[in-house]
Amino acid sequence: MIAPTPISANLRIDLKIIAEMIDPHTRVLDIGCGDGELLAYLQQHREVDARGMELSMQGVQKAVARGLAVIQGDADIDLVDYPDDAFDYVILSKTLQATHNPRAVVEQMLRIGRHAIVSFPNFAHWRTRLDLALRGRMPVNELLPYSWYETPNIHFCTIRDFVDLCRTMDVRIKASVSLDADGDVQRFTADSRWANLLGVDAVFLLGK
Amino acid sequence: MPNISATEADAVFRERINAVEATATLCADVPLPLDSGESFGPIEVAYHTYGTLNADRSNAILVCHALTGDQYAVLPHPLTGKPGWWSNLIGPGKVIDTDKYFLVCANVLGGCMGTTGPKSINPATGEPYMLDFPVITVGDMVRLHARLLDHLGIERLFAAIGGSMGGMQVLQFAAAYPERVLCALPIAACARYSAQNIAFDEVGRQAIMADLEWCNGRYLLEDRVPHKGLAVARMAAHITYLSEAALTRKFGRKLQGREKVGFGFDADFEVESYLRHQGSTFVERFDANSYLYITRAMDYFDMPAEHGGNLANAFRDTPVRFCVISFTSDWLFPTRDSQAIVRALNAAAASVSFVEVHSDKGHDAFLLDEPELHETIKGFLDGAAERAGLAFPEASR
Repeated sequence: MIAPTPISANLRIDLKIIAEMIDPHTRVLDIGCGDGELLAYLQQHREVDARGMELSMQGVQKAVARGLAVIQGDADIDLVDYPDDAFDYVILSKTLQATHNPRAVVEQMLRIGRHAIVSFPNFAHWRTRLDLALRGRMPVNELLPYSWYETPNIHFCTIRDFVDLCRTMDVRIKASVSLDADGDVQRFTADSRWANLLGVDAVFLLGK
Repeated sequence: MPNISATEADAVFRERINAVEATATLCADVPLPLDSGESFGPIEVAYHTYGTLNADRSNAILVCHALTGDQYAVLPHPLTGKPGWWSNLIGPGKVIDTDKYFLVCANVLGGCMGTTGPKSINPATGEPYMLDFPVITVGDMVRLHARLLDHLGIERLFAAIGGSMGGMQVLQFAAAYPERVLCALPIAACARYSAQNIAFDEVGRQAIMADLEWCNGRYLLEDRVPHKGLAVARMAAHITYLSEAALTRKFGRKLQGREKVGFGFDADFEVESYLRHQGSTFVERFDANSYLYITRAMDYFDMPAEHGGNLANAFRDTPVRFCVISFTSDWLFPTRDSQAIVRALNAAAASVSFVEVHSDKGHDAFLLDEPELHETIKGFLDGAAERAGLAFPEASR
C-alpha cells in the first residue's frame, strides 16, 4: 500500500490559498505539480478531477505512485496539446519565473482553462530592493536561495509587472492575495502598491 | 518444516494463486470478423486465470503478452521450465496482487501455445493451417480477447496491462472498447509501429523464409523445422530488445572460454555465444509460421491511420484512465512513441499518467525488476482501485 500522505496539516501556505480559490467538483490542471501535494489535497478535499504536469521525472513518479494522473511535461512546450477549455482551473504555482516564455504560458493557461491561478515570488519585495540598492548584489536568501549563475528562475517579475502583463493581455484579475515573509496573508490585495513593496509571494486568480 | 517436492511446491503455489489453465472454443457460431475482411472461426483460445473474481465481477485485469510471450505469465513455462514472464510482477502480495485481482492472460490469435494459429489443424482440411491461416492484426487479437471476456462473463475490466505488443493490444482495447475497461497501462508500446521496427521484422521473416527447412511454410507436413532461420530471426530481434549499455555491461568484448581470438568463425565472443543460445532455445518453444504472422500483425499496427490520421480521435470522450510508461534506453519503442500517445490523450482531454522509467536495460526492461516501473504500476492501480471503490475478494488464505 502507498502510505497515506498527511497533506492538509502542512500544505504549503500558497497552496492552501490556491486550494481555497477552487470550487469543488471541477477539472483542475496543476502545471509544475511536483510530487502532487496540491493535487492530492484537491482530490481529497475538493473532489476535483485532478491532472498534473511536472518536468522532473522524480516528481512525476511520486505523484503517479500516489494515484494521481500526472504526466512528464514542460509548461513551455506541452500545453499546446490540450483542447480549449479543457479545465476549470489551470494552476501554475511558483513556476512562472522558471518558464522561457511566461506570457505565452499564461495565454495557453487561459486558452485551455476557464481560470488560471498563478503564484510567484515578488522581486520588488523590500529586502530584494535593499540587496540590490545597498549591497549591489542579486538577492540570495531563504526565499530566493539560488545564485544567479545556477538559478532555474530566469524570468523574475514584480507584482506590478505581473499586473501590467495582465492589463496588456486583457486578462481579468478576479482575485489576488499577497503573503508576507511568514507566509501570512496580507490585508491589502496583491495588485496594490503596498503589496509590491511588502509582499514576498503573490497569488492571482485570472479569468478571461 | 516437512520436506516437499518441487511438484508439491508447484501444486501449493497453483492453489495459492488459484491458477486455472483452460482452453475455450470461441467464434464457432459467430465467426470473428477480421480486419482483412475475412471471417474466422471456430477459434480455440488457451488462457490462464489467477486470483478470484469478486462478487460484482469488477476486479478483472487482462494481461496482454508480447510477440513471443504466451499465457504463462505467472506459471512456469512447460517447455522451458522457466518462471512465468511476469512472475516478478504478478503474485500474492506482489505489484499486481493475485489476492486482490482476477487476472486473465490468453495466448494471442495466431500464437503457438494453444490458441488457434498457423500450426493448428484446419478443420476443413484436417491438416495444419500453415500459410492458409488468415493474415491477422492486433485489432483482430483484441476482438478475440473481447470474445473471451464475454465467455468468462466479464462485462468490464478493471484494467488492461501489457508491454511491447501487449501494450499495443492494451491501447487497441481501450480505443475499441472504452466502456469495457477502467484503466489501461500500455508499457514500452506505440500507437504506430515504426519503419525501423517493420524493417527488423522483415529481417526476421526473411531469415525464416530463406531456410530451406521452411519448405514454403509446409515444414510441419514434411516433418522438418526451420531451426536456423527462426534462430537467426530471434538473434536479430533479441539485439533490439537490449541496449548497447546493457550488452557492454553484460559481455563487453569478453571471449568465450578462450584466452585469445580464434581466427575463425566459432563463437569467440561471449555475446555471440549468448545470442546463439537465445536463438537455439527459442526454436524449441516457438513456431516459425506464428512468428511470421504475429510480426506481420505488428507491422500493420497504425492507430492514427485508422482514426482519420489523428490518434486523438481514437480516444475522444474516453472514460478510460491511462498510465503510459516508457524506458529511457528503449530504442525499439522509444519514449517519443509513448509521448505521441500522451499528446493524443491530452488532446482528447483523457485522464493520463506518464512516466519514463530510467533504465539502461533497453526494451526488455518491462520484463525486469525495475523498482520505478513497479512503484508506478502499483501506485496507479491502487489509486484507481480506491477511486473506483473496488471491492476485493475475501482473502483467499
